[in-house]
Amino acid sequence: MAQRLGRYTLKMEHMPSIQGYAAVVGKKEGEGPLGKQFDYIYEDTTLGESSWEKAESRLQTDAVNRALKKAGVQSSEIDYIFAGDLLNQCISSTFGLRSLDIPFLGQYGACSTMAQTLALSAILVETGAARRCVAVTSSHFCSAERQFRFPLEYGGQRTPTAQWTVTGSGAAIVGNTGNSPYISAVTVGRITDLGIKDANNMGAAMAPAAYSTLTDFLQDTGTKPSDYDLIVTGDLGEVGSTLLKELLQKDGVDLSKNHADCGLLIFDKENQDVHAGGSGCGCAGSVLCSYLLNRLKSGELNNVLFMATGALMSTTSSQQGESIPGVAHLIHLKSSL
Amino acid sequence: MKVTKQEYSNMADKASPGSKTWKNCLCAFLVGGLICTLGQLLFNVYRNAGLETVDARCAVSVTLVGAAALLTALGVYDNIGKFGGAGSLVPITGFSNAVVSPAIEFKAEGHIMGIGAKMFVIAGPVLVFGITASIVYGIIAFIFHLY
Repeated sequence: MAQRLGRYTLKMEHMPSIQGYAAVVGKKEGEGPLGKQFDYIYEDTTLGESSWEKAESRLQTDAVNRALKKAGVQSSEIDYIFAGDLLNQCISSTFGLRSLDIPFLGQYGACSTMAQTLALSAILVETGAARRCVAVTSSHFCSAERQFRFPLEYGGQRTPTAQWTVTGSGAAIVGNTGNSPYISAVTVGRITDLGIKDANNMGAAMAPAAYSTLTDFLQDTGTKPSDYDLIVTGDLGEVGSTLLKELLQKDGVDLSKNHADCGLLIFDKENQDVHAGGSGCGCAGSVLCSYLLNRLKSGELNNVLFMATGALMSTTSSQQGESIPGVAHLIHLKSSL
Repeated sequence: MKVTKQEYSNMADKASPGSKTWKNCLCAFLVGGLICTLGQLLFNVYRNAGLETVDARCAVSVTLVGAAALLTALGVYDNIGKFGGAGSLVPITGFSNAVVSPAIEFKAEGHIMGIGAKMFVIAGPVLVFGITASIVYGIIAFIFHLY
């Protein structure tokens, strides 16, 4: 049974296994440094669909089906699916997964959704409430742009701190039996807001949330960053990563040696014109369900903290001048029991 | 959290790279200047073709708006805008782009609630305040002409 460690952390005694996982991405992500790690790269970002929303839904359907296939299980063997995306009312998830016939719980944690769905899957499997769960998220550059910003063909300029929404989806099957990688602990983050209002600087808005969740986890477990092979944040990008390290530095915690950020891993920042890096639910989702889990599975990494970060604003709250609350959830992943 | 909002705001400002103002101004000057030169060129062509000054001016606007709409549809104008910034945003071509781009984008929601309702989502405020400003100007001009 899951055991509470300290104030915020849940320790998984049986360590649920990630039985299968898959990541599918768009063309630009495929051209990035992690291109070879993904299960499938769609050269046509419309995926042959008539709308961007339908294209994003297809990404989720495909990621889940591929993950099921890799885990060697049928959709009828899944007890719950936790899914989320960035679109209003999470339509990529509901439309993409409606044909799977799996008990569905939609999730919204903005770009932190991958860690949120994974945390819930792990807790349900650990407690025996489910034998097998699926955690899946997606985002699509074009559907996000039209909802949050401007039409694609509008001739505007993006600020240097803006991030590029990843076109991609990641899905992971969490079960009570199976091989590496394993989920060892989960820390659910608190909403943190240090008053950043610029929706084009989400890294800065989310960094305090990452700081607070990581600090909670380290305190609860009595560990320090050097105890882990890698500490991966979701999509803080260049600006947010710098700020997270500075915040931790004030407490005398050094994160400079083993920190990576999905938003900086997925794109070549200099040559792919993504300004401060990648973002979106699909960013942390597709990087985790390819590059990171591959390295854990192969034993190249043994002890990893995966912390997806989300900016919890909407276009309405931004237009009304509100600041941007952030949240970060942490998953402790291990390659051996 | 030990850091106050004010301290964090300062930290965030320091960590966030600013826009390259001088480079952006130069690009805007070049692109904006080029569009205006093109306008003058078209004006001379129309005048030589026999149009009156007022008609030639109108024809220039129509041509530029049409050309920008075409370039938007072809997926070229957003790249010009990315380079030129305000230089391609402020001239009439930018207005054309601001109307055509949402019309293309929201076609998926249908002709009435998509194209019809969303077409002026960016240009709308420009129209509202542009028309308001011209009314104010008109009233001022009217008062001055009374004396």
